[in-house]
Amino acid sequence: MSETRTWLILGASSSIGRAFARAAATRGGDIILAGRDRDDLARTARDIETTTGRAARALQFDALAYQTHGALAADLAIVPGVLNVVVLFGTMPEQSAMDADPSLALSCIDAVFSGAVSVLQHLAPGLEKRGSGVVIGFGSVAGDRGRLKNYVYGAAKSGFHTYLAGLRNRLGRSGVHVMTVKPGFVDTAMTFGLPGLFLLASPDSVADACLDAAVKRRDIIYVPWFWRFIMLIIRSVPERIFKKLSI
Amino acid sequence: MNKASLTLAGWGRATCATTEAVRPERFTEAVAAFRAPAGERGICLHAGGRSYGDCALNDGGETLITTRLDRVLAFDETTGIIQVEPGVTFARLLSIFLPRGFLAPVTPGTGFATIGGAVANDVHGKNHEADGSFAQHVTEIDMLLPDGTQRTITPANTELFRATAAGLGLTGFMTRIAFRMKRVPGASVTVREQRVTDLDGFLDAMAEASGAPYSVGWIDATARGASLGRGILEVAEPLAGDFATPTAKASAVPVDLPGFALNPLSVAAFNALYWRRVPAQGRTRPVHMAKFLYPLDAIHGWNRIYGKRGFYQFQCVVPYETGPAALRDLLEVIGASRQASFLAVLKRMGAGRAGYLSFPMAGYTLALDFPNKPGIEELYTRLCDITLEAGGRVYLGKDALLSPHMFRLMYPEFAQFQRILDDIDPAQRLQSAMARRLQLRAPL
Repeated sequence: MSETRTWLILGASSSIGRAFARAAATRGGDIILAGRDRDDLARTARDIETTTGRAARALQFDALAYQTHGALAADLAIVPGVLNVVVLFGTMPEQSAMDADPSLALSCIDAVFSGAVSVLQHLAPGLEKRGSGVVIGFGSVAGDRGRLKNYVYGAAKSGFHTYLAGLRNRLGRSGVHVMTVKPGFVDTAMTFGLPGLFLLASPDSVADACLDAAVKRRDIIYVPWFWRFIMLIIRSVPERIFKKLSI
Repeated sequence: MNKASLTLAGWGRATCATTEAVRPERFTEAVAAFRAPAGERGICLHAGGRSYGDCALNDGGETLITTRLDRVLAFDETTGIIQVEPGVTFARLLSIFLPRGFLAPVTPGTGFATIGGAVANDVHGKNHEADGSFAQHVTEIDMLLPDGTQRTITPANTELFRATAAGLGLTGFMTRIAFRMKRVPGASVTVREQRVTDLDGFLDAMAEASGAPYSVGWIDATARGASLGRGILEVAEPLAGDFATPTAKASAVPVDLPGFALNPLSVAAFNALYWRRVPAQGRTRPVHMAKFLYPLDAIHGWNRIYGKRGFYQFQCVVPYETGPAALRDLLEVIGASRQASFLAVLKRMGAGRAGYLSFPMAGYTLALDFPNKPGIEELYTRLCDITLEAGGRVYLGKDALLSPHMFRLMYPEFAQFQRILDDIDPAQRLQSAMARRLQLRAPL
């Protein structure tokens, strides 16, 4: 192999983060696991080193501590070779809880949207300078249309989709590819026990689908793939009717 | 962390439980969940969900699902000792370490089982005679006792270790398990299959093969009369050579089959075909370890072929001396009931066991499934009677129907187990449907 590849996984404590880290290491990348629970990330790092032989380490990262994102980007400048970035942190409070407590809605947006934009804005100049690599941003099918049951989280993700589209345009000019991932229902801590979910995908299958698509330099993907069609239908319902649905 | 009201089932699906469940993904979350106050029905540890009966179910109580605590924490190639979180599966260990020449020393018949579950049931495999039970290979366990205190146990601090091995998860929450992996010379085994025409022939053939590392017999439990006990004996040994692992695609049973799909005719026809699959003169061929150890894992959700009502599995072990007569009685009762389903499994066992409630004893073990139909309890009790009379016992990892009285007669070391539980968990924080059914704890 010519150049080392390192994956920076922001929000690595989540089950998709763990699955992604394992899959990326299995395919030959070194791993930086960034998140709030550093002790737990250290356990995942040991798992990756033991099972794949790739280097892995834990890095303290808090999406809401915007003032720390500059230092994080500066520290990463010394990572040799290709640096790939995955953004998959976020929180999804119950919509009803956010309806009752507007401050909860803001904290959802702070993490899902502002935190993601902040860290990527800080990382972007370094990535431009490297002139290579991939950025994978995790949006959500919830961002494709505002729904009664999940509209604040959906709005934050929708904003993130728009941000990623712009970033794709910007970084593409210097050879960095930006891919938007819109997962459907995935079997994670976030969805555990929620009613009304179907066709739950495993975190491992999501990770593999993302890595396959990144190799092909896809711009926007739905995982599992059939969500493209589900969302096509959901998007095509006229607003006059949609506003009366409670999905 | 979300708390969910879930209905969990044993692998046999005949026993279900509605429970308040959490599924922590981080270590600190898991510790906090375990230490949180639990209701009257306590908390139960649940992992791969491959125990057939009710040993990992807790109807009306709480459940801590450990499947997402699935990290390998260390591996030492020189000693072979691996350290894992409890939710690591045998399938993952095989896919990672077999290419490096290491295999779990003992594995149950499914790779979807977890290491935590393997200790809690002190599982055995097709190599029990040669290698003993799983927990005999465990070197160290970090656990949280029912009161939340942390403790490291080894086989040297005997009592708590012997209560924890095959302890059905009732002695505490194992957070780190260290055990010795076994070196293998290649990724495959050479399997020799031979047809056996009756029970005596089977027992003779098994005795002859008893020096082999792996052996397992498949019996047609629908055969009666002169063919009683006919089947196929598989004997295997590791094959030196390459470690390449083919990526096999799994299929799945997508829906519950209707109840009538399995009937005495279809099952007998299948079993007869299966028997003839092996040529009369036998055959020898190389088989990949994954396929040999986990033949049914290629069909996800195979338990759905029994339909919505599910099935029970009966597994007993009977000593060598009384075994032949007991097996004959068991097979006759099973054949006459016309309830038997697909192939029964017959194996020899050694004496290796690690815990007070471990299943193994030197003798023959017989396992088979029965669809959940009226009359099954009576049949199961009848089989338990024969087993008990022969000085044997049934396997708690499979059981959902044993009575507290019979349990006590089959497990003479129960008193020691109960004394430890009284000592470490006087408040009875750790519970399960099985613990209540078998009255493992005295009423509070």
